[in-house]
Amino acid sequence: MSNLIEKEHSIIAGMVGQGATVLDLGCGHGDLLALLAEQKQIKGQGIEIDQQAIYDCVAKGLSVFHGDIDSGLPEFGDRAFDYVILSQSMQQVKKPDTVLTEALRVGKKAIVSFPNFAHLSARLQLGIFGKVPVNPSLPFEWYNTPNTHFLSFNDFINYCRKRGIKIEKQVYLNDRGRVRILPNILGMVGIFLISKR
Amino acid sequence: MEYFNFEELKLESGEKLSPVVLAYETYGKLNADKSNAILILHALSGDTHAAGPGGWWEKMIGAGKAFDTGKYFIICSNVLGGCRGSTGPSSINPKTGKPYGLDFPIITITDIVNAQKKLIDHLGIEKLLSAAGGSMGGMQVLEWLVTHPERLLSAIPIATAGRHSPQQIAFNEVGRQAIMADVNWNEGDYYSGPAPERGLAVARMVGHITYMSDRSMEDKFGRKFRDKKQLLKKFAAEFEVEGYLQYRGDSFVKRFDANSYLYITKAMDYFDAFHGKSIAEAFKGVKAKVMVLAFKSDWLYPTHQSQEIVKACKMGGVKTAYCEIDSKYGHDSFLVETEEETHLIRNFLKNVKPD
Repeated sequence: MSNLIEKEHSIIAGMVGQGATVLDLGCGHGDLLALLAEQKQIKGQGIEIDQQAIYDCVAKGLSVFHGDIDSGLPEFGDRAFDYVILSQSMQQVKKPDTVLTEALRVGKKAIVSFPNFAHLSARLQLGIFGKVPVNPSLPFEWYNTPNTHFLSFNDFINYCRKRGIKIEKQVYLNDRGRVRILPNILGMVGIFLISKR
Repeated sequence: MEYFNFEELKLESGEKLSPVVLAYETYGKLNADKSNAILILHALSGDTHAAGPGGWWEKMIGAGKAFDTGKYFIICSNVLGGCRGSTGPSSINPKTGKPYGLDFPIITITDIVNAQKKLIDHLGIEKLLSAAGGSMGGMQVLEWLVTHPERLLSAIPIATAGRHSPQQIAFNEVGRQAIMADVNWNEGDYYSGPAPERGLAVARMVGHITYMSDRSMEDKFGRKFRDKKQLLKKFAAEFEVEGYLQYRGDSFVKRFDANSYLYITKAMDYFDAFHGKSIAEAFKGVKAKVMVLAFKSDWLYPTHQSQEIVKACKMGGVKTAYCEIDSKYGHDSFLVETEEETHLIRNFLKNVKPD
């Protein structure tokens, strides 16, 4: 696991309350859920589309559903979870708007993390060298990236304003640690704790 | 094979069946605190012989396999209403001294499971580590979950449904009609004469079509012919697929009773894991951990039926894992495509521990 993801997971763990109920959308191999279960004794569930990843989740003893989060979360009632997490998955779904709306319906709060497409290195690669950016938070080439939406932290903040979503906490990271100045230029990964206003 | 005899079973219909025999086999050793028992539930045409040479789930049960007989004590009983050692329509009716035939009462999956519960009581097992099975075996798993939730720590329903769709009922009905249309069926009273073998064979042929996938049939048979010489004979089994189905039909009648086929398929059709409750209410109170497995190429028990089970589990607050396994063999996948199934079950069971 890369350093950046490890840091991101520990920031998320800091945002989640002890013993909370958590739904992890796009839970991957279950590392975050397992960490939260260990550190915060959460009651967690995950949804993941990749078969191999589901195997790893089962091996970790997690409650996971093999399926697609784009089709909504009809099996869950309103505010069924304390937290719904979208760790590095929002930018990969087909309909982020729908997924975020569903996340804030079934969760009292949501935690969203994603890579910053407006990081300095991305700006240089795109603006000066004219190539699609590749950096520690955007490690893929154009032909094999799972990302389908590219956004900056400012884009997300504007989206929240437009949708009436309250940003309760925000943390920015790069490969060296926390970023406190000029996050939209120097931050590689943003983590937002959000709720409905 | 061992036999467990008991005096009486009160059926869901209100009728009583007496006496009752359940045939069963066990594999592995029951540990001192009786905490390592796993109940394996068989499908429509299965029997007690799940493991060992010729066992219907030989690939899954044994030393080092998914259901590791080095660790677990495995129990598999023949269902009530069956014809492989347990009481069914071909058993002797004590009132007449002749086989029951259609005097055998209608049975349900609930009755089948209640009979199994008596066996588990008899073996002195208070809590099963798990119950697992595919197809109709999966229905029994679900029934165990909702009617005896305090008796199991985990459950693995595979390639199954909470309730049959009209399509599934329809295929079963074609099978039943084929049996009842056989002149030898004689209202179920055929034990002293020829059995309705043609009817039962046709029922089995229809069944086999639904157990395979379009792709697995294409791979296995294509449009290949069996023997060119036979082409001279009108309507002989010329295509390989025809010969295969006839062979499977003909071999089935040697080991299966037509009346059992009628009673058991009906029990499957009646089954409703939700017992008429809403999906949100159906699985409330279930404490076991559940892993639901489905196969992508299974069109007889399509994945959306497994997803419905998962939905009910989640709404009932049950810890549930769900996986759709890539497969090509259709409904038969749970019996033949066992590599990924093994991996998932082994890892799931590893995490099942007494509370």
